[in-house]
Amino acid sequence: MPLTPEEVRHVAQLARLELQPQEVELFTRQLNDILAYMEKLQELDTSGVAPMAHVLPLANAFRGDTVTGALPRDQALDNAPAREEGAFMVPRVI
Amino acid sequence: MGGFFRMSISELAPLLARGEVSPVAVTEELLARIEALNPGLNAYLTVDPEGARAQARDAEARLRRGEGTPLTGIPLGLKDVLITRGLRTTCASRILENFLPPYDATAVARLRQAGAVFLGKLNMDEFAMGSSTENSAFGPTHNPWRRGCIPGGSSGGSAAAVAADLCLGSLGSDTGGSIRQPASHCGVVGLKPTYGRVSRYGLVAYASSLDQIGPITKNVRDAALLLYYTAGHDPRDSTSVDAPVPDYLEALGRDLKGVKVGVPREYFGPGLDPEVEAAVHRALDTLADLGAELLPVSLPHTEYAVACYYIIATAEASSNLARYDGVKYGFRAGGRNLLEMYAATRTQGFGPEVRRRIMLGTYVLSAGYYEAYYRKASQVRALISRDFQQAFENCGLLATPVSPTPAFCLGEKVEDPLTMYLSDIFTISANLAGIPGISVPCGFTAAGLPIGLQLLGPPFGEAVLLQAASAFEQATAWHRPRPADF
Repeated sequence: MPLTPEEVRHVAQLARLELQPQEVELFTRQLNDILAYMEKLQELDTSGVAPMAHVLPLANAFRGDTVTGALPRDQALDNAPAREEGAFMVPRVI
Repeated sequence: MGGFFRMSISELAPLLARGEVSPVAVTEELLARIEALNPGLNAYLTVDPEGARAQARDAEARLRRGEGTPLTGIPLGLKDVLITRGLRTTCASRILENFLPPYDATAVARLRQAGAVFLGKLNMDEFAMGSSTENSAFGPTHNPWRRGCIPGGSSGGSAAAVAADLCLGSLGSDTGGSIRQPASHCGVVGLKPTYGRVSRYGLVAYASSLDQIGPITKNVRDAALLLYYTAGHDPRDSTSVDAPVPDYLEALGRDLKGVKVGVPREYFGPGLDPEVEAAVHRALDTLADLGAELLPVSLPHTEYAVACYYIIATAEASSNLARYDGVKYGFRAGGRNLLEMYAATRTQGFGPEVRRRIMLGTYVLSAGYYEAYYRKASQVRALISRDFQQAFENCGLLATPVSPTPAFCLGEKVEDPLTMYLSDIFTISANLAGIPGISVPCGFTAAGLPIGLQLLGPPFGEAVLLQAASAFEQATAWHRPRPADF
C-alpha cells in the first residue's frame, strides 16, 4: 500500500507537524521505503497468536489510596514557556 | 600520583576508601580532562563542574566518616535522557534545550545516594532515536578510536566518554541496542538489563515497553556494581519488577564449566562483516576453552525483528512525544492560535529523524492501518519472544555479534534511514523479548576499530551474563588497549 503525498500531509497534520513541500516528497519516499520493508511481516502466518503488548505478565499495579506529596505548583510551572497567575499560558483557543 | 582517570571504578574505590586519594582530586582531574578533550569528541553536552565539586566534597566527608559505598566519590557521566534535578536535561533536542528538571530519575537518585559524583550529561541521538549519535541537535560525538567514525548510538556520548577516560563509568539507555551497540563500537562494556530490572522513572520515554537503563563501563565488574546500585523495585514505575537484587559481584569469580552457550545460526549469515565474524568466532572458541558447552540454536523469527521493532517503537514514540506541545516545558514557537503554536513548536523543536519516527508511528496506529501494522507487529513480537523462551530451555545464555559491522563513518548512512535501521538487527530482539544482554570487547579490526561480543540471557539472568562476560574478559585482553589519542 504505497503512501501518497496527500496521506503524508494528513499524517503530519495528525502528528501536529508542518511539512515544507520538499519535505513532503522526501518523507513520502523514505516512509514508503520503510513501509515496503515492513511488508515482510505479512509473510508470517500469525493467526491464533495473541498480540504481545508488553513483556511482563503484569496486571494493573495499585497503590494505597493515600495522599502523598506532589510537585509544588511553582516548581511545576518553572519550565513553562509562559505562565500567569499560577497557570500555564497558551495562545488564544477560541 | 595522578592518572586516576585511567582507572576502573573497582580499582579506584579501594584507594578512595583508604583515603589514599581524595574524590575532590580525582574529580578535578576528570574536569580538567573533559575541558581539554571534550571539544574534539563532543561526548558531553553539559558539564557540571560546580555540582561535581560539591558532590566530591560531600563524598570526601562521607568516606572520612567511614560511611562510603564502592561508588562514593566515583565520577560518572549520565546520558542526557536521564533527568537530573536542577541540571539541564536536553535529550539532545532543541525542544528541551533549556529544560531544568525538578527531580532526579530514580536510577540517578540511587547513585547519588550511594555517593557518586556526576560530571555532566552525555550526548545521544535525539530522544534516543538513532544508532550513531548523528541525530543529536548539538552535533555528533566522534569515536575515540577514530575521529570521523560514529561512536554508535543512541548512547554514543556515554560509550565515548568511558572509552576516552572522561568518566569512570556512565549510564545509558537501550531501546533497540542503544547501550550495547555503542559499547561495542567504542571497545567498552555495556549492559542492558531485563525490562523491569531498573526503574524507568525519570528516563525520558521513547518506547516505554522497550526502554531500559543500564551501565556502560570499562570492565564487567564495574557494570555489575552499577547495576547493583541502580536495580530494584520502584513504586514510581509500575513496570519495575519487585524481585530481589542479587549480589552480582558474587557471581563474577565462577568459571564456565558446564554452562551451555547457544549460538543462534541466524546471527551468522550474509551481511555480517568478515572481521566481525572472525572475532566473534574466536570469542566462541575462548568460551569453549573456558569450559562452556557451545550448542547450535535457532531463533527463526530473527529476520522479522527490525520490521517488528520499527513499528512498535515508532507507535509508542508517536504517543510519548505528543507531550512536547510548547505548553508545560521546553521550546515554544509562535502561532496565532493554539493549533498553529503546537505545529510550529514541534516542527522547529524536533529534528528530522524524530519527525520521521513520529510520522511513521502515527501512520501505523491510524485508522485502517492498525491491524496490518501494529497488531501484526505485536503478534510477531510474541513469536520472537517465544524463540528466546525455547532457546533458553536448552541453554543458559546465547552468544552473538553485537553489530553486523564495526563503526562506520559519520554521514555514511544519514540519508538512508532504512539502512541505518538494519544495522540494529542483532540487538533489537532482546528489547522486544525484554531479556538482558551485555556487550564485551572481543577484538579489533585491521583498521583498529573495536568489535564486541554480545551475550544474551533469560529474564533476570544478569548474574549468569556477568559471570560469563567476566570469565571471558579475564581470559582475554581486548578491554585493555586505550585509544591512542586519549
